[in-house]
Amino acid sequence: MSRVHVTCTVNGDETEFLCDGGQTLLNALRDELGLTGAKEGCGTGDCGSCSVIIDGRLTCSCLVLAPEAQGAAVLTVEGLASGDDLHPLQQSFLEGAALQCGVCTPGILMAAAALLDRNPDPTETEVRYGLAGNLCRCTGYDKIVRSVLAAADSQRTTSQRTNTEETA
Amino acid sequence: MPSGSILGNAVPRLEDPDLLTGAARFVADLAPPGLAHAAFVRSTMAHAAIAGIDVGGAEQAPGVIGAFTAEGLGLDPQPFFYIIPPVFGRPPLAAEVVRFVGEPLAVVVAETPAQAADAAELVEVDYEPRPALIDPEAALEPGAPLLFPANGSNLASEYSSKAEPGALGGHDLVVSGRFVNQRVAAAPIEPTAVLVEPGAGGDDGGVTVWCTSQTPFGARDAVAAALGLDPGRVRAIAPAVGGGFGAKAAPYPEFVVTAWLARRLGRPVKWVETRSENLVNMVHGRDYVQYYELGLTRDGDFRWLRARATANVGAYPAVGAFLPSFTMSMASGPYQIPAVDFHASGAVTTTTPLGAFRGAGRPEATAAIERIVDLAAAELDMDPVELRRRNLLSPDQFPYETPTGAVMDCGDYQRALDQALETAGYDDLRAEQRRRRLRGDPKLMGVGVSVYVEVTGGLSQEYGSVEVTADGTVVARAGTSSHGQGHATSFTQLVGEVLGVPPDRVRVVHSDTFEVPRGIGTIASRSLQIAGSAVFKTAHEVLERARRIAAHRLEASVEDIVTADDGSGLTVAGVPARAMSWPELAAASTGGDLPDGMAPGELAAEIDFDQGAATYPFGAHVAVVEVDSETGDARLVRHVAVDDCGRILNPMLVRGQVHGGITQGAAQALYEQVLYDEDGNPRTANFADYCLPGPTEVPAYETAHTETPTPLNPLGAKGIGESGTIGSLPAVQSAVIDALSPLGIRHLDMPYTPEKVWRAITESAPSPA
Repeated sequence: MSRVHVTCTVNGDETEFLCDGGQTLLNALRDELGLTGAKEGCGTGDCGSCSVIIDGRLTCSCLVLAPEAQGAAVLTVEGLASGDDLHPLQQSFLEGAALQCGVCTPGILMAAAALLDRNPDPTETEVRYGLAGNLCRCTGYDKIVRSVLAAADSQRTTSQRTNTEETA
Repeated sequence: MPSGSILGNAVPRLEDPDLLTGAARFVADLAPPGLAHAAFVRSTMAHAAIAGIDVGGAEQAPGVIGAFTAEGLGLDPQPFFYIIPPVFGRPPLAAEVVRFVGEPLAVVVAETPAQAADAAELVEVDYEPRPALIDPEAALEPGAPLLFPANGSNLASEYSSKAEPGALGGHDLVVSGRFVNQRVAAAPIEPTAVLVEPGAGGDDGGVTVWCTSQTPFGARDAVAAALGLDPGRVRAIAPAVGGGFGAKAAPYPEFVVTAWLARRLGRPVKWVETRSENLVNMVHGRDYVQYYELGLTRDGDFRWLRARATANVGAYPAVGAFLPSFTMSMASGPYQIPAVDFHASGAVTTTTPLGAFRGAGRPEATAAIERIVDLAAAELDMDPVELRRRNLLSPDQFPYETPTGAVMDCGDYQRALDQALETAGYDDLRAEQRRRRLRGDPKLMGVGVSVYVEVTGGLSQEYGSVEVTADGTVVARAGTSSHGQGHATSFTQLVGEVLGVPPDRVRVVHSDTFEVPRGIGTIASRSLQIAGSAVFKTAHEVLERARRIAAHRLEASVEDIVTADDGSGLTVAGVPARAMSWPELAAASTGGDLPDGMAPGELAAEIDFDQGAATYPFGAHVAVVEVDSETGDARLVRHVAVDDCGRILNPMLVRGQVHGGITQGAAQALYEQVLYDEDGNPRTANFADYCLPGPTEVPAYETAHTETPTPLNPLGAKGIGESGTIGSLPAVQSAVIDALSPLGIRHLDMPYTPEKVWRAITESAPSPA
């Protein structure tokens, strides 16, 4: 079977890869690009462990065929941190111990990032519904929800400070 | 804790940066060069003789390297738990008979996972169907079809503790009930996976087994036994492991088969379970039918308990067949009950084998005793808290031997109950409930209280060591195996506490049978109390050796040698300039000028710490639910947990265990159930049909602790991994029944799905109010 050539942006980098036409984006990320942060927890879009952000939309990468990523911008957990500087969500999860085994964590971080992108000041209920597509079997979600709220808080503080500095 | 101690502090987890950035490697993430992929062909019949298996079509499929059946493997059946009689031995691939849907009976290896999966579809199996057997009580009836005819019955295990003749008396009334503790799935988000490479540490004839395991030493032993290898030639490694909850405790037949394939093919072979496979292949938990009778006085004093239980241990008895022994030992719960008569049977059926799942035998005990106590409270028209208080054991009764033989170390159950009620505002909750009932609120409010005691660390020995290496790095090794608990963090805290070294100078090694000499693993909430104590004690031994060396070299008395404030080594107290660094101490330890009587040797110590007996954590939970009387939707809206796990090393880690535990208990009460149809076909083999709760289905939690240190280990620590589940399940169950009690409903079996609750509401008599 001939392989499909895909060109897209992954975590800000122009990327090309070859894949099978029937291969999921999740498998292509993991097997062709070596980005194993996204996990397969169910393969049916029920658990959210494979969540990535495609062109700004939170997506289960196990439900997307790799060729569909042609021309898209894909963000995975590997693209959240800037070098050694953790993303505010990662930092907040670290401080709040919002993970235990950590296998669902990459997907939850992406869901949280997508949530804060469209709603920088969510309520606890909005955080819970924003993460409703993600299952975690270890934490009971409490520390995750608190950590997302804390990250939202710190991001707002940072952006307010930046705005103030710009105004000044 | 001494002042300045780092024990008791919420130290962030050392494990987390890798997990948060996607850098951590789980088994499924590993892909060595030359990797081949296995897919298993699984039985589609619950019970059948295998008349033939044709792998010819699969062998011809694109990319296929080989296809094998039991005949090709030639591996002997194994008991997958040591106490199981050989008559129940399980072949790694089914040979003559299949006994549950999902049992592996052939395996295909191909160049890609997709090719392996496609080729597995081409394997043709000729079945001769036999009757399915789903109900454990029916399985023990005379004339039931037999799963293992050589055993003569479907009885796999039996546990009994008889009361003295005439002891079941002195009561004014007897309350009784039949309770089903339904079958549930552990469902860790990472399914089972194994990757086997030929060769182990330079031994070409050995194998390296990367596996999703809580007990790598157990995986090593299973693979070694099956392949006829010395265990020392099998290197088992559990890298990052994505949750286990007991279900990754025992080795799986796929580990053995994949190891055989890697040796046969001379290349690395990987198998990763799909979720649908996971929900029929990974051991299930619970699945008890219980008949309880409680004899008590009109004043509410418990006189005796009679308990009968049948466990559905599934197609091949495994750990699950042994768990009724825990249920037996914990049968009387935290209560003084003078006489207990207990009998449990484990029955084989054509369902997925039963294994350990968070609590493993104890939630079954706690749910049943708490349920019968609630029924007694309803019968006496007494507040369920008051009835509990009258019968709780008091602190001066410990150590206490229960009528079923548990010797409990310590406990202060009233204090935990008081704190839970105070945190929850119990009286206010009851007042609010009365107001809402009076105004006919369509959201029925329910309050449930549980008091529990459980048993942890029963396998009381574990390996631990501490070594100061030449560059001053301190290496701590443990025979336990972290899969989310945070052992790297907690063991680093212990080493830092004793030796004064900062976290970045400590390396914790576990889960690799070539890096740790021996061990049991992480089961029964045992890791901190036993392995942690081993690390703590060996760190002290290392400190004492180092202090003697430093005293000798610095010409000071041993009593004056203390750890340096900056963590660099040891100094003479008050004279920081007179010091030896850890690298200097490590070098000095191996020879030359040593104190009198000290033999040269590494600056290291190891121990197989044995605390001699189990510990008995306890606590009290309060759950508040709202049941929508129009839809039957039951929601947990508050949950208060007061758990006593003895002395707390890191509250952040403890909170994680408690939160996750509460959720799994609440989920069993409200959402989860593994179901089969009458032909033994699984009806819950994906996450659409098997309902794990999501973030919108559980509330924020309110947790607190009392600290009653156990005298059995130097940390004073008891297990906390399973307490949350054991305490939450009966509280949530009780809260739902409490919400429905004005309708005359006294008991419903779990889970409280909207349909079940709606039917119960619809069928109930109108409220007398």
